[in-house]
Amino acid sequence: MRPLALLLLLAATTLGAQSRDMRWAADPEGGAPYVQADPADPARVEGFEVEIADLIARALGRTARFTLVAYASIDQSVARGDADLGLNGLEDTPARRAAMAVTVPYYEFREVLSVRTADAAGLGSLADLAGRRVGTLGGTMAYEILVAAGPRYRIETVSYDDDVHPYSDLLLGRVDAVLLDNVIAERRVSQVSGVTVQPGTIATGHYVGVLARGNDAMRDQVSGALLTAMRDGSLERILRKWHVWNGDQPELYARLLRGETPPTASVAADGISNDTAAMVPTAWQATRRYLPTLVRAAGVTLLLSCLSMALAVALGMLIASGRVYGGAPLRAALTGYVELMRGTPILLQLFVIYYGIAAAVRLPAFVAALAGLALNYAAYESEIYRGALEAVSIGQLEAARTLGFTERQILALVRGPQAFRLALPPMTNDFVALLKDSSLVSVLTVVELTKQTQIFAANIGSWVIPGSLCAALYLAMSLPLAATARRLERRWKAPTS
Amino acid sequence: MEGADLMSVVLDVRDVHLRRGTRRILTGMSFEVPRGALIALMGPSGSGKTTMLRAIAALERFDQGTIVLEGLAAAGGRMLGRDALREWRARLGLVFQFHHLFDHLTALDNVTLAPVHVHRVARATAERRARDLLQSLGVEHRAGALPRELSGGEAQRVAIARALALDPPLLMMDEPTASLDPARRGELGLLLRSLAARGRAVLVSTHDDAFVGEFATGAVRMVDGAAQ
Repeated sequence: MRPLALLLLLAATTLGAQSRDMRWAADPEGGAPYVQADPADPARVEGFEVEIADLIARALGRTARFTLVAYASIDQSVARGDADLGLNGLEDTPARRAAMAVTVPYYEFREVLSVRTADAAGLGSLADLAGRRVGTLGGTMAYEILVAAGPRYRIETVSYDDDVHPYSDLLLGRVDAVLLDNVIAERRVSQVSGVTVQPGTIATGHYVGVLARGNDAMRDQVSGALLTAMRDGSLERILRKWHVWNGDQPELYARLLRGETPPTASVAADGISNDTAAMVPTAWQATRRYLPTLVRAAGVTLLLSCLSMALAVALGMLIASGRVYGGAPLRAALTGYVELMRGTPILLQLFVIYYGIAAAVRLPAFVAALAGLALNYAAYESEIYRGALEAVSIGQLEAARTLGFTERQILALVRGPQAFRLALPPMTNDFVALLKDSSLVSVLTVVELTKQTQIFAANIGSWVIPGSLCAALYLAMSLPLAATARRLERRWKAPTS
Repeated sequence: MEGADLMSVVLDVRDVHLRRGTRRILTGMSFEVPRGALIALMGPSGSGKTTMLRAIAALERFDQGTIVLEGLAAAGGRMLGRDALREWRARLGLVFQFHHLFDHLTALDNVTLAPVHVHRVARATAERRARDLLQSLGVEHRAGALPRELSGGEAQRVAIARALALDPPLLMMDEPTASLDPARRGELGLLLRSLAARGRAVLVSTHDDAFVGEFATGAVRMVDGAAQ
């Protein structure tokens, strides 16, 4: 009886503690001044949004509890109940308003252009950037603005997963400008030299907190807490402490306190319709608008996968041959290579190839993606071929030797072709895996199918349609592949007649 | 089939010793195989018959003694150089007990692979020769079949064709009768006799006394790695 009572007591306290907690979600990878790991104690977070979350929690009579969620997934995570509130420089967009319960804004930001200081005089507006590459964070308002401005200004949009690499690539010359929030731009410029933030404003927008749709009661409480903090100056104190207070905020607060609802975003750049960023498309419109882009992205995925697999196969065969036939030093070196590539994450390898060695070799994104996937998969393919080469019976090799073939000829004419047949099923498996792993290269700004789907989903605020289309496209690529491999296998492994 | 040339020695094995680790497999083997002869290498399992054939085919290094094959000599304890090895192997054909046909190639391609790639014979010529060979062995109708589609007897004949494709003076077969029924055994005996009669030296390892009695022109009995 006693253990049960203890259990019940434990459950009751846990539930009680949960209801008093306010779980809020953010991604510390975005860093200061929003939310960053405390340098003194990396297990803790700090930043102006951490303090705003504390302020809100206090007003609600709860304790703020931080939940780490990847930036691109905060809405979905809040919607499924992992956290009560998302607070991470989340932009007030029509899609977000449609999909989530959105609080009053707590900050007004401006989309600004950053360029290399040497180019500052010539590149002040989107019009100046005709024919050039402009980087930004994928799935944001800035991204939408660039995509909308692309055809008119002939701007090539380069989408990043984080807000650090756009600026390092700007210095490396991989992009010619970065369009992002002034808060991000000013922080980066204070950290690196050689980058200038242009004074012009491309668009203005607001940061809001997001709650699950239907959670209006708590949303109103949070909005109330924010408005009180605007009125009594506590929000200003937090923003000043983190050096993000500016003249835009008093104006915003005054409007909010008068009861006005500011528009989601206003684009200042001429020629870009405010609607592009402001319209919530219907599911059908969105599908029509995005399907061609998704199909193109699927083309990138397919091209990248085929090319990198071809390279991986060729390289894998060389590595396997070296490990089977080579001398001890060569075998040791190749074994080391295979273990290194298999034992470290492919994501890390992609980062090293694209960003890590950029000071010495500046590979274009597609080439780096191709090389990264090929080098990684070559390690796995080589193990398949090595196993297959060793599985070819010694009798086959001796029969060839007595006929006078050299070892090289035996490899090319007898052992290799037989090993290839043995290797085909695991190879097909790897190709299908590669097709999907190729989505990792989006960290190198290559927009392939998965990345394009994320962008699509962020834009319409739902994963249902983009996710289904994405899955259908992947299957359309992988199923014929599997069928072809099965046909080949059948042909080579026909039963004895 | 008479005449000095036909009776010349194709294979001369002299005092060959072969050790694997501490095990002595061959302990001073000596014998000859003249042209036109069908010699049987006899002895119980484990007496070293297969090892002897492998040493002659240069698949196995021997420690001591000499083997002379159509004017080329190999001495114990030394490996043949690359060119000498090619010359050596052009002088012999070996049919393994389990044939070891190349699994991925048709019967025809099994026969043409070495002429085309080792001896640079034009493919059309090689194919014509291969078809003739397969026909003379009675398996021409199986030219397009893969090894796994052949019966044991058919596979053996294709393997013989492959071994003869380069027209070597010495044909060796390891345990050729082991998996043949009596009718096939008789056919094989006649076939080998006719191959020998056309000027080849034929050496087979076997422990089939009846086969030897009926078809062989001579026999070498092996006990514990040496000729008795």
